[in-house]
Amino acid sequence: MDDPHHGRVGAAVHEVTRARGGVLRLAPALTVAVFLLPIGAGLIGTALPAFGYLPAIGGRAFGIAPWRELFASPGIATAVRTTVVTGIAATLVSVALALGFCAVAHGRRWTRRIGGMLAPILATPHAAVAIGFAFVVAPSGWIARALSPWLTGWALPPDIATVGHASGWPLVLCLVAKETPYLILMIAGALHQVPAARHLGIARMLGYGVTEAWLKVILPQIYPQIRLPILAVLAFSLSVVDVALILGPSNPPTLAVLAVRWFGDADIANYFPGAAAACLLFAIVVGAMMAWVALEHAGEAVGRRWIARGTRSGAASIGARAAFAMTIALCAGSALAIVGMSIWSFAAQWRFPDALPGSLTLGNWSRLWASLAVPVATTLALALAATLIALLLVVCCLENESRTHRRAGDRALWILYVPLLVPQIAFLFGAQVLLVSTGLDGTFGAVVWAHLIFVLPYLFLSLADPWRALDPRYARSATSLGATPLELLLRIKLPLLMGPVLIACAVAFAVSVGQYLPTLFAGSGRVATLTTDAVTLSAGADRRVIGVYALLQAALPCCAYLLAVALPAWRMAHRRARWT
Amino acid sequence: MRAWRRASIVAWVTWMLASVFAPGVSVAVEPAQNWSDITRKARGQTVNFNAWAGDEKTNAFIAWVGEQIAKRFGVMVNHVKLRDTSEAVTRVVAEKAAGRDRDGTVDLVWINGPNFLALREEGLLFGPFAAMLPNYRYVDTTNVRSNLVDFTVPVDGYESPWRRAQIVFVYDGERVTEPPRSVPALLAWAKAHPGRTTHPNVRNFLGSTFLKQALYELVPDPEVLQRPPTDASFASVTAPLWAWYDALRPTLWRRGEQFPDNGPAQRQLMNDGEIDLMVSFNPAEAAVALSAGQLPDSVRTVVFDKGTIGNTSFVAIPYNAANKEGAMIVADFLLEPATQAHAQDFRQMGNITVLDLAKLTAAERAPFDALPRNPALPTSAELRRTLLEPHPTWMTRITAEWERRYTK
Repeated sequence: MDDPHHGRVGAAVHEVTRARGGVLRLAPALTVAVFLLPIGAGLIGTALPAFGYLPAIGGRAFGIAPWRELFASPGIATAVRTTVVTGIAATLVSVALALGFCAVAHGRRWTRRIGGMLAPILATPHAAVAIGFAFVVAPSGWIARALSPWLTGWALPPDIATVGHASGWPLVLCLVAKETPYLILMIAGALHQVPAARHLGIARMLGYGVTEAWLKVILPQIYPQIRLPILAVLAFSLSVVDVALILGPSNPPTLAVLAVRWFGDADIANYFPGAAAACLLFAIVVGAMMAWVALEHAGEAVGRRWIARGTRSGAASIGARAAFAMTIALCAGSALAIVGMSIWSFAAQWRFPDALPGSLTLGNWSRLWASLAVPVATTLALALAATLIALLLVVCCLENESRTHRRAGDRALWILYVPLLVPQIAFLFGAQVLLVSTGLDGTFGAVVWAHLIFVLPYLFLSLADPWRALDPRYARSATSLGATPLELLLRIKLPLLMGPVLIACAVAFAVSVGQYLPTLFAGSGRVATLTTDAVTLSAGADRRVIGVYALLQAALPCCAYLLAVALPAWRMAHRRARWT
Repeated sequence: MRAWRRASIVAWVTWMLASVFAPGVSVAVEPAQNWSDITRKARGQTVNFNAWAGDEKTNAFIAWVGEQIAKRFGVMVNHVKLRDTSEAVTRVVAEKAAGRDRDGTVDLVWINGPNFLALREEGLLFGPFAAMLPNYRYVDTTNVRSNLVDFTVPVDGYESPWRRAQIVFVYDGERVTEPPRSVPALLAWAKAHPGRTTHPNVRNFLGSTFLKQALYELVPDPEVLQRPPTDASFASVTAPLWAWYDALRPTLWRRGEQFPDNGPAQRQLMNDGEIDLMVSFNPAEAAVALSAGQLPDSVRTVVFDKGTIGNTSFVAIPYNAANKEGAMIVADFLLEPATQAHAQDFRQMGNITVLDLAKLTAAERAPFDALPRNPALPTSAELRRTLLEPHPTWMTRITAEWERRYTK
């Protein structure tokens, strides 16, 4: 890094680039515009009707009538309470489990492949996991079937509430199962930035156990880097729609579901309270984030005293071990959810209390085959288009960064996180109003764009670190051998970074496949993907059919991951074979 | 500052680029009046058929319709799958609001009742077109009043019938020996078997129809239901309903605190063994579901002695539909005797036909005569007493009142 030639060569490269790099310099602005613009416009487009202004449907006067209507609607207090409680509970538990897991797992040999191990869970869309969870935890579900009647004595399923329970615990459980692996991955990434091994070694010499040492020495160092992902989890948990539709209470539902219900109502006058509900949710998310930041300060003070007390192996170690076990159990639960739905997709009949279906068939698949073609093709096309556009923009941004030697700072990171921090429902309605008025709604391009908003940040976040970590000497050698910047990019950097690029693309692909609300709104309900169909069906279709959709939904992103891992390996083997 | 200005310029360019994706503007033509012209113009059109997609059997039927029509008329059918029919209504209303009076994106919509009323009142439907369809002459317009009056609203040719529905109750014959045959008997049964029956969420049409069915038997004079209620009449007319429901609710599945979202979700509960008795709008539901492995073989159907609510499902064409001719081809095909017989086959959808079989020739009637029987199907005698749907306002008010009372 501290190469004395660096600056000089850099300047030379910069000179060369200046002439041709004009377009490239627009890349960051273009990228930011792609997602900030619709979000900003969408927020305004939602806020105006919340105060009575939407001339298209006769709302011309500003006022607080929509808010009055919102607060007068039956069960609104319960809906708000459920939203806040489930969202915050899911975040707290996810963070606790992820930290506990990492504290216990740190330094173990198998953790080197943690990314690969978590990939299938991360890649599986929330809706698919939620659908599977619903079957696993239902009173007539898999757990009850496996234990009945020999253990429970139930010949009929018990009349107790699990899925849709008023407290929302199945919703929390499913969110925790999906968000904990995400946070673990973010922590694993942050760990690369600190000299963890050295610090842990010192702590151990002072007599701390590994877990205790991790929590006291490593966590304070990495927390600033996992803060944004945690806030994203908080925002997501408070505003999730598909999982809440499938597992959450319904009478009343959470605030986000309530807003979607109003936006989809036959009576368009309900757009107004819907917009107010979306704005209220936005306010709740902002409030929760502020509360979280306040909590951080409190936690910091308590943590300092806890560290200063110097307990060598206390309750924290036991707690971390419990978190570790629970994380493993939840991951197993997610896997079970998908396996359960896979079995359903091949089941002829599967009645309570049979632990497994009496007979298997390919009939469900062959019957649905024809009707699956369109949603599968649409899902693939959307995901590929969004991924490729995002990849192009991100590579341009990163390339611009390395050519100008100006690294995007903390502010840029916040901007990238905007789509993950703003509740989708708060801007998607407004964005749809805009799309309708420009005649763009329901077009393929509009949906690609809506996906791009969420695909871009993930792709950037997964590609930026490996890109920036690429040894600059490769570039210097190539430049000194006369390579133009374009040749340098295409023949040196991209081939060297093929692995990370493919993984980032797989992440982006998975993000696109899982999009529910953006597809629904930008597509005006006319663009059907596996995810939108699966959520529609989950409201009540034959579970064998839902099984087919859930399995496909999980399989597509997982295949993308496998491909991303296998391609570079295959290329390496191929190359070695050629060289020997 | 400069960075921001650059960003805003780029943003504008991005907007402009986006318009490349916009659909090309074409001129909407008024549909021809003559059927052969319509058939000719329809060729090559793709009809966006907006239909509720929560039922796999119906989806398969619509797919079959699409294949047949593509083969015979060169018209493509794109099933726009809705979670709720109101989504299509919302779309048309939004398009009207946005000034898109032609080239609308909804060509044909499966509709009835309140959604029809909503579009009809706003003048958002194309028509009258039903009488232009060659197969419309077979429709039963003498015995089946619901083919002409949709939830007390005259159809006037602005929608074309395609299937009929009637309230029945499906029960598991293995566990229920004496199924209830009246509304009070249902309460008695539920009290004796707590947690073993439910009804779909009241926001769903089947859930609210369950309540309307109860109301029919509980009001002294059902004629009042044919007129929209006033505040005073609503309270007094529905008082016995709420008294009955207050007694029923604690005996329902999950103590009446949770409800399945819709009919198919309720059926899944029955298949999972969580309930033994359920309301259905399709007299063939039990037969259809058991032949598809969606319900146990022991399910049977019962109809209330004093009759049950029956209605007709229609298809309508929005005023701004881009492919009106194609939409009419689909509407006409749905009325063909062979199509209606196919739909009535319980291995397909099991819907009662909207046609008057007496108007058909022997050859046209043959596929109906050849339909298979099943012990889970009710007899036509049992289905004879059909009650007309109340005015749509009853439904919306009952739903609102239910939410006010039970959503806390």
